[in-house]
Amino acid sequence: MAREFTPQIVTANDLLLGDAVYLTKAGTWSRLHSDAHLANSAEQAQTMLKHVKGQQDVIVGAYLANVSVNEDGIPEPAHFREAFRTRGPSNYFHGKQADAQSS
Amino acid sequence: MYIYNDFDAEFVRDRVRQFRGQVEKRIDGSLTEDEFKPLRLMNGLYLQLHAYMLRVAIPYGSLDAAKMRQLAFIADKWDKGYGHFTTRQNIQFNWPLLKDVPDMLDALADVGMHAIQTSGNCVRNVTADHFAGAASDEIEDPRPTAELLRQWSTDHPEFQFLPRKFKIAITGSPNDRAVTKAHDIGIRMVRNENDQPGYEIIVGGGLGRSPFIGKVLREFLPKAELLPYIEAVLQVYNLEGRRDNKYKARIKILVHEAGLDEIRGSVEETFARTLAEFKKPSDELVDQITTYFNPPEFNNIQSHAYEEALETDPVLRSFVETNVAEHKNPAYGIVTISTKPIGGTPGDVTSDQMRLIADLAEKYSHNEVRISHEQNAVLPHVRKADIPLVHAALKAVGLATANIGLISDIIACPGMDYCALATARSIPIAQEISTRFDELKLEKEIGELRIKISGCINACGHHHVGHIGILGLDKAGVENYQITLGGDATQTMALGERAGPGFAAEELLPALERLLNRYLEIRECSDEIFLETYRRLGPQPFQQALYPEEEKYAA
Repeated sequence: MAREFTPQIVTANDLLLGDAVYLTKAGTWSRLHSDAHLANSAEQAQTMLKHVKGQQDVIVGAYLANVSVNEDGIPEPAHFREAFRTRGPSNYFHGKQADAQSS
Repeated sequence: MYIYNDFDAEFVRDRVRQFRGQVEKRIDGSLTEDEFKPLRLMNGLYLQLHAYMLRVAIPYGSLDAAKMRQLAFIADKWDKGYGHFTTRQNIQFNWPLLKDVPDMLDALADVGMHAIQTSGNCVRNVTADHFAGAASDEIEDPRPTAELLRQWSTDHPEFQFLPRKFKIAITGSPNDRAVTKAHDIGIRMVRNENDQPGYEIIVGGGLGRSPFIGKVLREFLPKAELLPYIEAVLQVYNLEGRRDNKYKARIKILVHEAGLDEIRGSVEETFARTLAEFKKPSDELVDQITTYFNPPEFNNIQSHAYEEALETDPVLRSFVETNVAEHKNPAYGIVTISTKPIGGTPGDVTSDQMRLIADLAEKYSHNEVRISHEQNAVLPHVRKADIPLVHAALKAVGLATANIGLISDIIACPGMDYCALATARSIPIAQEISTRFDELKLEKEIGELRIKISGCINACGHHHVGHIGILGLDKAGVENYQITLGGDATQTMALGERAGPGFAAEELLPALERLLNRYLEIRECSDEIFLETYRRLGPQPFQQALYPEEEKYAA
């Protein structure tokens, strides 16, 4: 039996800010993990990743990250590293957690 | 303090100009990331979890007030108002924007600083004893040698693409405060039987995934032969070091695999040639450089004010006990400024604090500041009579924590709060330990204890050589912390031994409490520090304290 596919998203760092960004359904980049487009198969994930290789003038270091999907269908980080990337450091209120409050 | 000559200044400016062009080309899309990455790394610019990070070298940890103020200016103008001092005497800015980095580098160049060779497979920032030129136990000031090595290694055309990075540390004291035995090359200033000054050369030390204690490659090297000898070591490493496996590419692996005698033979053979080829004898250059590090004119006027203040002010007395070290001039003290307030982030200093340190250096420490590999700042030459004033000024900005060498004086790498390589967080662990043992009021009771925390096996937090080492790992998607015991970072270097299975983050603090309560029970007397008790009794009583459940099953 084939192994069950863990849903994935494409994430990278923004070229200018260095901040974590997520590939959306529209093919744009969002700073919010919840905007990330879900890949529900390995093929789809690879296609999405291949697609963004050409976007080197916007992002750096795109990769696939595993996610879990909550009851509203929104992707949530499966690993603590990815969870940290959605917030910022734990020693200061800097990074995304602060940006979210000010925006 | 060494002052850039025209050549140095022009070289650094030139690199900034080049990098400015490279950044512009990256932003307009004419350079890909694959093309740009090696260029940015050559200029100290990393990309981390949340942002870029600029790593700036503080050669042999020496700063003056102007440099420190400029770091504060950079922190305010292009970052978030603070900087992070690292275990290799660098400062890291955690939030620069790509477009601003060339301006930051220009601002650094204005005060004779740069970020060159703070990354990449080249000779990195040469580090030194942070008490250099001040310590009472010093044979000789290591900074002129460190500066000579800096000049030799900067942009050395042959050594920009070594098999892997290469770190050199130097101490001028028999008491090693520069962790020389955990460097690719460690240099100890020694004297031979004829009382001539020279160097002991240690090679192949290192922490990381395969920790090794450095071995003595040459017991005595005359001072004048330093550069040709180090050049020979690097040539041998450059040719024979492994390039097939990144994890086996450091010189420690070459020394381990080939054997010390074999490497010594190759180095001596190469040295015969490099010694003949070197045109300029290095001792002339050292003499020239040495004038920059001439000791300041000490003011030996004795004053009773210091003793009186110690009598009447217990807080000052406590500060002096832990944070003031013996100076070679008895009228002076070496003041270590802890960057580790209870619950704070080890190594982080705000721009306001930097400016205050700069002011104090200018006013009370002959315009000198040092950054230690333990991530603290040091005012190396403070007249004892001025120490109460310095202490009061530090207290006002939260920099007077009296904890040097104690449980809350923790080395911690940035860990997964910032670093892209990390497997777990380090900073919150350090914060919890210092907060908890402050609540328990056990810090002074426990006495000297070196806790060192790394957030991955690369060991930037030196966990292998902590009396208690903590290594953060990712265990099946959860942060997990391994404890090592019995490490030692000094001239009696020892690698800590793993105590047993790791702990989940919430289990770690109770485990450390059990461990240290056991230490307090079994130490011979209050003067026997944790490391001594460990050496006397071995790991068993400590393992029993860490893993009481297992003990129950075994019984």
